[in-house]
Amino acid sequence: MNALPLILTVFIACAVEAVEALTIVLAVGITREWRSTLQGMAAALVALAVITAAIGPAIGYLPLTPLRLVVGALLAIFGLQWLRKAVLRATGYKALHDEASAYLREVAAAEAATRESRRGVGDWYAFTLAFKGVLLEGLEVVFIVITFGDNQKNIGAAVIGAAAAIIVITLAGIAVKAPLTRVPENWMKFAVGVMLTSFGTFWGAEGAGVAWPGNDAALLVLVPVVALVGAAYIFWLRSRKVAGSALRPAKESEAVGS
Amino acid sequence: MKQLKAFGAFWYDFIVGDDWHVAALIVAGLALTAILTHAAKVNAWWLLPVVAFAALGWSLHRATSSTRK
Repeated sequence: MNALPLILTVFIACAVEAVEALTIVLAVGITREWRSTLQGMAAALVALAVITAAIGPAIGYLPLTPLRLVVGALLAIFGLQWLRKAVLRATGYKALHDEASAYLREVAAAEAATRESRRGVGDWYAFTLAFKGVLLEGLEVVFIVITFGDNQKNIGAAVIGAAAAIIVITLAGIAVKAPLTRVPENWMKFAVGVMLTSFGTFWGAEGAGVAWPGNDAALLVLVPVVALVGAAYIFWLRSRKVAGSALRPAKESEAVGS
Repeated sequence: MKQLKAFGAFWYDFIVGDDWHVAALIVAGLALTAILTHAAKVNAWWLLPVVAFAALGWSLHRATSSTRK
């Protein structure tokens, strides 16, 4: 596979995670104090580096076929989760992930919490919140970089995609000094869900022993087919919702009439 | 013990997510693909995409049906 689709896939996936981490860091940094927040962020980045250093090279020593089976299964499950959430949000069955309201919630919680110094950190609340936020979102980034990079034998390209996303989102955050509400997060999630599901299905089936027609070129068909199926589910749920809301008043009037 | 439970819950939520049926169907689909490929010598490349689409559809149906009630 060309490095560009790999870089773009990892870039979009990591940008979504970076936006969510940025919202938490901004909310804590602005309402509490920047020093402890940045300490928490730095500690999380160190923890992520240790996890990556421990897992990354170990995965490289595993035989490719069983690795593809396990990683493919994980990616497909992960991708379907993202796709499911994106479809539910696009059809209004689940509230859209609103960075502005998430930011306000974090700000209110940060303002209410008491200040406490611990282990050389001025504000323990700011430290732990920034640490948790960056670590949790960062773990997803690490997972995507390692699985995509290792399967394509191009960890470098995956790291470039992830690093570019983190740099772009961080710079945008510094520039606007507010949560990035204009990022079309749900559609990015949909796109990432499509990519993760496609690659996961492709590698998982390969790991199970199948030979895809056209080898790697099968992905050029699989990716649009997964996207079309996702879009079809959105269309199906929307039309079902419209039909449901049109039926309800009719049923109610029938009940009144009878 | 509490921390161990929280650790397990975190990884369960991280990997399996909101609907464990999707994960179970993907694992079953992979197992069936491996059996068909190795035991029956059928190149069942089409099976996993079909299982993935069906799992997604079923999960969405379940999620939206419980919402509508």
